[in-house]
Amino acid sequence: MEIGKSCCFSNLTSNVSTLLITITITLVVIRFLYVMYWCGKPLRTSLQPISTLIVLGSGGHTAEMLNLLSVLQTDRFTPRFYIAAATDNMSLQKAQVFENSLVNEAGGKVVELAQFMQIYRSREVGQSYLTSVVTTLVAMAHALGLMMKIRPQVILCNGPGTCIPLCVIAFFFKVLGIRWSSIFYVESIARVRRLSLSGLLLYKLRMADQLFVQWPQLQSKYPRAHYVGRLM
Amino acid sequence: MGDTDESRKCNRTAFVTVGTTSFDTLVRAVDSQEVKEELSKRGYTHLLIQMGRGSYIPQKSTGEDGSLTVDCFTFSSSIAENLRSASLVISHAGSGSIFETLRLGKPLIVVVNEDLMDNHQSELAEELADRTHLFCARPQTLYQVIAAMSLESLIPYPPGAASPVAKRINRFLGFPDD
Repeated sequence: MEIGKSCCFSNLTSNVSTLLITITITLVVIRFLYVMYWCGKPLRTSLQPISTLIVLGSGGHTAEMLNLLSVLQTDRFTPRFYIAAATDNMSLQKAQVFENSLVNEAGGKVVELAQFMQIYRSREVGQSYLTSVVTTLVAMAHALGLMMKIRPQVILCNGPGTCIPLCVIAFFFKVLGIRWSSIFYVESIARVRRLSLSGLLLYKLRMADQLFVQWPQLQSKYPRAHYVGRLM
Repeated sequence: MGDTDESRKCNRTAFVTVGTTSFDTLVRAVDSQEVKEELSKRGYTHLLIQMGRGSYIPQKSTGEDGSLTVDCFTFSSSIAENLRSASLVISHAGSGSIFETLRLGKPLIVVVNEDLMDNHQSELAEELADRTHLFCARPQTLYQVIAAMSLESLIPYPPGAASPVAKRINRFLGFPDD
């Protein structure tokens, strides 16, 4: 009798826990699908300035990004957070020069609207795909710390790998309801026939809200991408 | 004064740039007799090489015997100045160098580095060569490209614009068009 009762009880608890686990998984999946559904959907009218994270690649990538920033209405994309790879000393300097030029245009009114940060790189040019897995994990942990601090509403990136951990974290922030952000990825002008690894990942995983390409050949190959012509 | 002006007019410099990395195969190629001969034949008097982190050091020459004057350096903060004073630019396939040269309207030969693992760089050079904004070469075909190129056939590169992207981003975020 005693044994039967406890047996029933343990049956019941295992049933309840199975049910709870099932419900939790279902909810997580629903939330995932919900977020994926809303990714890529335009937002309603916004008039407030939005906090913007700008991920600088290096060399040519940074040049393209600064070209884009120079035509964006900077008063809308405020405050701005710049992140570059720790191995890249030039990009943040160039961003600083750009920010200084904005201050000068505004009549020397010094307002601290920009912050500059460095991040570990997930993959160096030419690094093998296998070791990239380890370095990506390290970069992920670092990126998480930075993202908790910044919690951007907009992420602008154009490769290479530096932006991937940040975009993945931004996606999980959406799922967890920490912060809803819009991710824009501009594929480099150097990519004419195939997307870069970063571009391909964001495209396939549907993590970028909008993915822009600069050559028509790419758009016909990746129909969800938006063709915007050459930036340079 | 008039003398230096005169000599500057006669100076036709071919400027070689490998960017921030190393590209010894290119430096070795431009240092070869074949390439130097072709450059002389095409009327170039000076060869200036930016060799980056490369370990191959080209043979310098003062050009007193009527041959090409050859000089080289590793890095410089004023590459823009070198590009501006060049009559021909021979560059690695990095997009930074390519567009900087095209914006200055200088004749450009892009040499693709076939030793890179992920060799996507040839895509851009080949596309722009198809559109006759520049010439595209491999290190071993450089002298042939120099011999065969017709600078008159090059079409000036129309600069791109970032405003279409900016417009789409603004629309997506719900900012009004202005």
